[in-house]
Amino acid sequence: MSFRSPATEAAAAATAPQPVFHGSGAELVVRLLERQGVATVAGIPGGAILPIYDALARRGSIRHVLSRHEQGAGFIAQGMARVTGQPAVCLASSGPGVTNLLTAIADARLDSIPLVAITGQVPRALIGSDAFQEVDAYGLTMPITKHNFLVTAVAELATVLPRAFAIAASGRPGPVLIDIPKDVQNETLTLAAWPEPGRAAAPPPVEASLINAAARLLEEAARPMLYLGGGIVHADASRLAAAIAERCDLPAVTSLMALGTLPAAHPLWLGMLGMHGTRCANLALEECDLLLAAGCRFDDRATGKVAAFCPGAKVIHIDIDAAELGKIRQPEVAIGGDVAMVLRQLLAAVRPVARPAWRARIAALRALHPAHFPGADDPHTPHGLIKAIAAAAGPEAIVTTDVGQHQMWAAQAYPTLAPRRWLTSGGFGTMGFGLPAAIGAAFAAPDRTIVCISGDGSILMNIQELATAAEERLNLKVIVLDNGALGLVRQQQTLFYGGRIYASRGNAAIDFGAIARGFGIAAIDLADSVDPGAALATAIATPGPFLIRVPIDGATDVLPMVPPGAANRDMIGE
Amino acid sequence: MRNEESSARAPARTVLQLEVSDHPGVMSHVVGLFARRGFNLDGILVLPRDTSAASRIWLLVRDEPRLPHLLKELARLEDVATVVRRDAEVALFTRIAETVA
Repeated sequence: MSFRSPATEAAAAATAPQPVFHGSGAELVVRLLERQGVATVAGIPGGAILPIYDALARRGSIRHVLSRHEQGAGFIAQGMARVTGQPAVCLASSGPGVTNLLTAIADARLDSIPLVAITGQVPRALIGSDAFQEVDAYGLTMPITKHNFLVTAVAELATVLPRAFAIAASGRPGPVLIDIPKDVQNETLTLAAWPEPGRAAAPPPVEASLINAAARLLEEAARPMLYLGGGIVHADASRLAAAIAERCDLPAVTSLMALGTLPAAHPLWLGMLGMHGTRCANLALEECDLLLAAGCRFDDRATGKVAAFCPGAKVIHIDIDAAELGKIRQPEVAIGGDVAMVLRQLLAAVRPVARPAWRARIAALRALHPAHFPGADDPHTPHGLIKAIAAAAGPEAIVTTDVGQHQMWAAQAYPTLAPRRWLTSGGFGTMGFGLPAAIGAAFAAPDRTIVCISGDGSILMNIQELATAAEERLNLKVIVLDNGALGLVRQQQTLFYGGRIYASRGNAAIDFGAIARGFGIAAIDLADSVDPGAALATAIATPGPFLIRVPIDGATDVLPMVPPGAANRDMIGE
Repeated sequence: MRNEESSARAPARTVLQLEVSDHPGVMSHVVGLFARRGFNLDGILVLPRDTSAASRIWLLVRDEPRLPHLLKELARLEDVATVVRRDAEVALFTRIAETVA
């Protein structure tokens, strides 16, 4: 018991901290997003998330991009996150709003993209009652998120929101879902102090003994190689990757996700490895005696038959996610850590080695198996078209793709890819990714030209987002490579299913130009052009959204190709 | 869960001891990880810790070659603080089985 004079009490009241916040859970969500530095969110409103939308409207501090399907909202957020490296936010209502988001969340998980999905849920009292638009968002997203939350009391929001951003951005990035019942959004609370915004945690220190062990292996190897994955992009480590390649004289290959981490002209770069990689990359890997694998995960599309992948090589594997080390291939040296930090330490610990014999062998492989792009100067061919797009869009453009043959042709031939300017759905392989990701990229980098390279199959999977692109007058160019088929499926049926082309060819003659114009977007069809290269350049140079349809020969395959399940040495085609 | 195998042919088993947060959904995260990989759990024991908002989970599992990788995935879960193998604790489950039999 303490006794205070009235004067002391008045003084205490004057110095007592004023609450920093008094309002609803929905308002708190918006304030916490502001404090995270979130400027733009994508989503679709609905009953169970309307309090948050009302708070967004009242605050007027955050730009909301209305997608036309929740999957579009998820990929718009992914586009922002892939360009900036920072967590991006998408919003959806309960029930179908959540289930429509699932594909974009799973895609973010597979490609390690920091995403925070905020979803409305039916009021707490109705959970489990099969209420209107009720679905178990928490249960549904458990296997496809890095972590997820069902907020059961308004007071939890002040810890859950910053924590969601911290989890999404820390270590190996990934998606986090926050499911908030409507009555929690409406409940009032008072906050005495703001929580710290959630940020990426500092990566753990790396054991010097591991660095030294890796350095000794690199010095002793006769035929070492470097294998780079998407982790190089996430860690902003492409310069360090080039430096280690140069210091240790390492011929390098990149996964689909790591394209552009080494510039195409780098003398040590042999191209992409794997199913549609270069012959030179795959054959050199066959012969290497040491593989430095950095920020990659030995994906089956990259390794081919694992038992035959780098059969004579010791492996040094660097990854921030310890669960990746030894998952597919048991490394001789496993280094769990931030790949930038590890490469920096490795650079300091390793002595430069010159290997003239290995260099000569690589030069011979290159001469024997040059990257073969038939008709690369002719925009009527797939590779020629990709090069024409690059020439028109300029070296600073951001490139997104959908999934299919067009994606592989772009991966093989686009000459100026760079980290955070090559946005493609790698692990999950989601058709429909390209257009909404391009919209997100346009918000993240409004001064750049955005090129979405798509196909007639993929574009239809999220074509409704043309409405969003038109509404926002975004400077993005959608190029539809139209072969009237699901090309990669048709290719597999041709090669491995006795030529029985089934369900992979559409008979509807779709007028993509008319569709684009229906959305208020300008369009051209290169089939009508005498000079398709010039027409393409004019369209790309025109500010605002533009759709360019390009006819592609329906019998063209993506080559070379490693048959699914085969060793990378067994490539079909040139 | 299944308990069909005879003790004579029983494969080597071990116990995983997990320190986890104590809130709804944690068990689902842990058990779901095993279920999604077709990995059977032979026994589960969960008790709250007296002193904190934490729980301890003991899982009786078969000592398969893929178990080490599963331990890494368990450790990756946000709600799992630590994962330790406790081979000797298999006896604990034997005693419980005798008690409830």
